[in-house]
This record gives sequence, structure tokens and C-alpha cells, in this order.
Amino acid sequence: MQYKSFLIKYAEIGVKGKNRYVFEDALVAQIRHSLKKIDGDFKVRKESGRIYAVAESEFDYDEVVEALQCVFGISAICPMVQVDDNGYEDLKKQVVTYVEEFYEDKNFTFKVNTRRGNKNYPVDSNQINRDLGEIILETFPETKVDVHNPQVMLHVEVRNKINIYSHIIPGPGGMPVGTNGKAMLLLSGGIDSPVAGYMIAKRGVKLDAVYFHAPPYTSERAKQKVVDLAKLVSKYSGAIHLHIVNFTDIQLYIYDQCPHEELTIIMRRYMMKIAERLAEESGAMALVTGESIGQVASQTMQSLAATDASATMPVFRPVIGFDKQEIVDLSEKIGTYDTSILPFEDCCTIFVAKHPVTKPSLRAIEKSEKKLQEKIDELMETAISTVEKIWC
Amino acid sequence: MKTMEVYFDNSATTKVLEPVKDLMVRVMTEDYGNPSAKHIKGMQAEQYIKEAAEIIAGTLKVAPKEIIFTSGGTESNNMALIETAVANRRAGTHIISTAIEHASVYNPLAALEEQGFTVTYLSVDSKGHISLDELEAAITPETILVSIMYVNNEIGAIEPIEAISKIIKKKNPSILLHVDGIQAYGKLQIRPKRQGIDLLSVSAHKFHGPKGVGFLYVDERVKIRPLIYGGGQQRGLRSGTENVPGIAGLGLAAKLIYEDHGAKIKHLRELKDYMTERLAEVEGTTVNNLSGEESAPQIVSASFAGTKSEVLLHALEEKGIYVSSGSACSSNHPAVSGTLKGIGVKTELLDSTLRFSFGIFNTKEEVDYCIDKLQELLPILRRYQKM
Repeated sequence: MQYKSFLIKYAEIGVKGKNRYVFEDALVAQIRHSLKKIDGDFKVRKESGRIYAVAESEFDYDEVVEALQCVFGISAICPMVQVDDNGYEDLKKQVVTYVEEFYEDKNFTFKVNTRRGNKNYPVDSNQINRDLGEIILETFPETKVDVHNPQVMLHVEVRNKINIYSHIIPGPGGMPVGTNGKAMLLLSGGIDSPVAGYMIAKRGVKLDAVYFHAPPYTSERAKQKVVDLAKLVSKYSGAIHLHIVNFTDIQLYIYDQCPHEELTIIMRRYMMKIAERLAEESGAMALVTGESIGQVASQTMQSLAATDASATMPVFRPVIGFDKQEIVDLSEKIGTYDTSILPFEDCCTIFVAKHPVTKPSLRAIEKSEKKLQEKIDELMETAISTVEKIWC
Repeated sequence: MKTMEVYFDNSATTKVLEPVKDLMVRVMTEDYGNPSAKHIKGMQAEQYIKEAAEIIAGTLKVAPKEIIFTSGGTESNNMALIETAVANRRAGTHIISTAIEHASVYNPLAALEEQGFTVTYLSVDSKGHISLDELEAAITPETILVSIMYVNNEIGAIEPIEAISKIIKKKNPSILLHVDGIQAYGKLQIRPKRQGIDLLSVSAHKFHGPKGVGFLYVDERVKIRPLIYGGGQQRGLRSGTENVPGIAGLGLAAKLIYEDHGAKIKHLRELKDYMTERLAEVEGTTVNNLSGEESAPQIVSASFAGTKSEVLLHALEEKGIYVSSGSACSSNHPAVSGTLKGIGVKTELLDSTLRFSFGIFNTKEEVDYCIDKLQELLPILRRYQKM
């Protein structure tokens, strides 16, 4: 006996009223997509309020669980054994085999929880619970029944076929990607932005991303690192269209024209403007950044306000209230940390002033930006029209 | 001028020669036997290894059985240091090395220090040379091993190996001399027997051979243990099925680099001298290597005031010119170069230094192109600096 099927439970999408099928279909599509990337053939189907993934070939159990744990919208993954209905005595035998095979140490408390989808089944749920409990106790004298707080909850679902499962692996929660529009993630190569992308994708939002490349001040390796990070986030969010903007000329122009201590903030405002334009072109409705209040000079309340004013689209900052350590913990959990800490310069740090402004006034910044009037529009157009796009 | 591709990073690695590639493909696809196999296919494979050992031994004037094939320079250095130190531990636990060694010498030495050995690191003067007096004074009755780099990988300084050996052997003939010859082999004529070298580490990919293969010359009188244990290949000193294509490629590359060697070295030296000469035209530039025959023929090290080496490197890269900042092997760690500090390069220039290293394929035209691009890029890069 071995697991060949997975019962997939979902939580939030269960309460979406008439749109429910849209969410369910999206979840099925996401599950199919994630299982396509691993070894084995799987059939994923929706059946009366549940989703099943059934292996139709050899597969690696851990790989499947890992893949499913990346699919937003899944609240739990239950590996299960599905047996044909060959009569009540056979069901008892199957359940005993299940316990025999999957629990090496029989020293546990349990409860049987039967649900009858097939109301024509000759025995009712309570009777099944009692009978199965009895035969388990008889066969494995080390086991004990505990109806209030069992260590093992043995689920038996009687439908056309019979499902037996007792392991419940938590899923990532959230909502299926693609059910809540699209957003443009500003991906820097640091620790915070991939986490921000993950959190927004978790709410069902599809992601595109933009990276500001500044050769020769940032290297090809720094760019490759961002591609790698986008690929890691895409394990959760689905494929990400990464936009790579050559930002060098804009950066140098700002350097030439504006006060150096305002360089970072002005630069970030132009990044927002470019990101917004790219977002419009790709059908994204919001920008996402990894900013957290007070983390660095460009993320003080004043700086955030000044940056925010440069875009008209909503800017989502899902890690805004997180401490650095909380962001680090999350990035380790989602698997982006090791890549994020590779030591390559990003373009924000190259020209950073020794004492950048920490409390910029929007009016002062806008006044400084007037000095850019002559060439900035042209430089922005060039940057936008020469964007390199990579599917990650 | 159009963009050219100019590869000036030959001390990091080199392009494999066509005949070397062809030979390796033949070994992999036709003569692919296991050299330990008893049948003819095994014997044919074994033949390649014998030939390679003979060629290499010929270039050094040593016996073929004194050549042990390894996975490259790092393994050779590890084996030379760790396995002679441990094998000769009863004679003493003191080792002498220098402040300008490669990480593949430093880190094994650090590991030996953890095991109770003590290591003295000799300093270098402004030319990158150790002081023979300091060496002599450092030798104690406990000293068993001296490890010195032949050609420094960052500035091309050549250490006086023969003089070093004479001093050591005069004090105590049983002290072993290991020479890291990774940047020297193929560039200099090395005669271990005459120069008093007991162990010599060499890597194939520094002279147009393949990566992942190299050798350690071990004088037959040296007591050494294997670093890698297994099926007893290479007389038990280096187990593991031999990397036959790599070894065959190494042998052929060695043969080819030492063919008409004088002309090849003259060419490299001309490039070095020409580059040095033309760098003098570039404002704010300091050349760190010695000129002419006083340093290795392939390496030019220069500091460009008011720039960051990594930015200049990437700016040159955009023009098709590939160089390295400090030493490429260690560029993953942004630690400042020990060699440059050691020879007294000014602190503010340490992070403004590039290494240009030449190979047999480079030309004077490429040097001209590189100088043109430096002249074009430096004023721009100097204008935009971090405050």
C-alpha cells in the first residue's frame, strides 16, 4: 500500500459565493502547473468541493508535497489511499493494512472519523467508526482510542470509492495566483523585495518584476542574481516577466544635476515612475516594493512619502511593519535568503552619499528635480524603450 | 574603432589550444578505456598517461615517476603541504611561507596550524621579493618545510628560488622546499633538480590546457603521504581513475608551450613592456609590477587613481576587454589583496588596481585598443564617484 493520491483542501476560496468556481478552477490550474514541473504524471480534478491530485505513474512523494506547498490557495495536503468498495469486510481489511503500513510505531491514540458521501452505503457513519475502531484495537493492542484529543485522526470517506487518510500537511494558505489581478514588483536583489513579492502573490496576485541595472556600476552577476531571485519567487507566483531597465544614464544625470544627499531619493522616484509606466504596459494595477519603515535613510516616513508621491498607482509594501529579522526569517522560509545575500552591488548603493537626507520635503525634492527638465524625459523614454524582458 | 574581444585575463585561465581539444575529444570518444583495465583498451588509455608524464618530466628534466597527476593547482598545493608536513612530523613542526601566497597555500597552512604546526610568514619588499636574511633567520631546528610561490599571481614578482634553496639546504638538507609554480610553469624554464626544488605544483589551465587537471612534482626522496585514498592508482599516491583526457591534454599543452619557448616568452614580454610603456601615457596610473626580466612576462598590474577597480573592470568588459581586479580566484571575497598591501601599494589605490595578464594569442593591437578605451573611460568614471 502506498500513497498515490492527494486530497487538497482549500480554505478561503470556499467562501467566495458565486465566484467560487473561478477560484477553484484557478487553483486546479495552478496545481496542474506546479505538478507539471516535477517527475511523474498526475491527474488533477475537482469533485464536489474538493480537489484531488492522482498520480498515474511513478513519482517522488517528497517532491510532490514540496511542489504543492508552493501553491497558494491550498490550506492542507492530505496524502491518501483510495480503495475500491468491495464490501464492508474488505474495508476493515484495508483500514488495518493502512495502519500497519503507515505507522511503524503503533503506540498512539486515535479516532476514526467517517463521512459518507454515498448515503446508500449499507452501514452508517457512527457504526463504521465503531467497527473500524474495534478492529484496529484488536489487531494492534498498543493503540488506544481517544475521541477528544487523538494523536491520529483516521479519516474514512465513503464515496463511490473509499478514501483513507490521516496525515494532514499544512499548505501555504492564501489564494490561487491569477485570481486577483497583476502587480509590478520592484526587485532589487536584496532580502526584502523577494519576500514582498511572495506576500503579494500569496493573495492571488500575479507578478511581473522590474530590475534597475546600472552597468558598469553593477555587474552581469548582479543581474543574474536578480534573475535567479525572480525564478525562486516564481515557484510560488508562477512565471514572472522580469523587466530589466538600463538605469545608468538617468543615475549619472541625476548625479550631475542634483544635490548629492538627495540622490537616492530622487533616483527612487524615477524608478517608481518607470516601474509605473512598465506596469501600465503590462496590465499591472499596482506596484510592490520591499520597503520597511525606517530600515534605511530612503525608507524613513518622509522618504517613503516623497517616493510614494512619484507614482499614481497604489504602491503595496507588504513588509512595511516588519523588523529586519522577521523579513530574514521569511526569506529563509521561502528559500530566497541564500541568493539574496550574495555580495554584488546593486545600483542603490553605488553612489550613496555619506549623509543622505533622511527627512526630505517633497517640495525641496521637486525643486531639485526641476534641474532635470532638459533631458530627463528623453532619458526615461530611452530607458523604457530599451527594456530587456526575461521570463523567469 | 569597433568593439574587439580582448582577453587579458590569462593568469585566471586560458583558452585551450585546438590540438589539445582534439586530442581530448579523441580520448573521450575513442580511447576511453580505464587505464587500470587489463584489456587493450585499458592499455591504450594508460599509454596517454605515460606519454604525458614523459613529456612533463622532459620539460623539467626529472623522472616521469616523480610526476603525480592531480585535479589541479589547489589539490597539488594541498597535497604538497599537508601530506609532507604530516609525514615528516617527527622531524619537526615548523613551516615557513610568505605573506603573498595564494589561498590554496594559505588555507592548508591554516589547517596545519590548527593541528599543532607553527607557520612563519615572510614579508616582501616593495618589489614583492622575500628577504633572504629574514628567511635564514626564520629557520629553526624544528623547521621541516618551506613553501614559496615562484611567480606571484597578482604582480608577477619572481622569487629567487635557487638562492632560497641554497640557504635552506645549507642550514639543514632535510628541510623540504615546496614551490607553487602555478603561474611559473610554461613561462619560465624550471629545473627542480638543479634549483633544489623538492615539490612543485602546476595547473594545466594556466598554459592553454584544460581545467580540472594538474600535477605535483615530488622528488623521489621526499617522504609524502597520499591526500586521496582508494584503488591505489598512481602508485597509491593519488587514487581515483585517472582523468585520462585531462592528463593527455595537460601533456600536449606542456609540450606545445615549451616548443619554441623563447619566441613565445619574447612575445609575452614585448606585450608586457609595451603595455607598461603605454600605461605611462594614461594620467593618474601607477604600474605595480617590475619591468623587463625582473618579473614574469605575462603580468601587468596597474592602479588607476580615483576609480573603483570593479567598476573599471565592468566598464572595460562593456568594450569587450576582460581583465581582473586583484586576483580572479579570490575576487569572490572582496577582501583587499595581501600582495598589493605587502608591496606597499597606497591604501587608497588598493581598490583601484587591475591585473592585465597576457597569453600567446594576444597582440600589440589589443594593447592599443585597451589603452584607447582606458583613455576614453577613465575621465568619465573619475567624474562620477561615491561621495
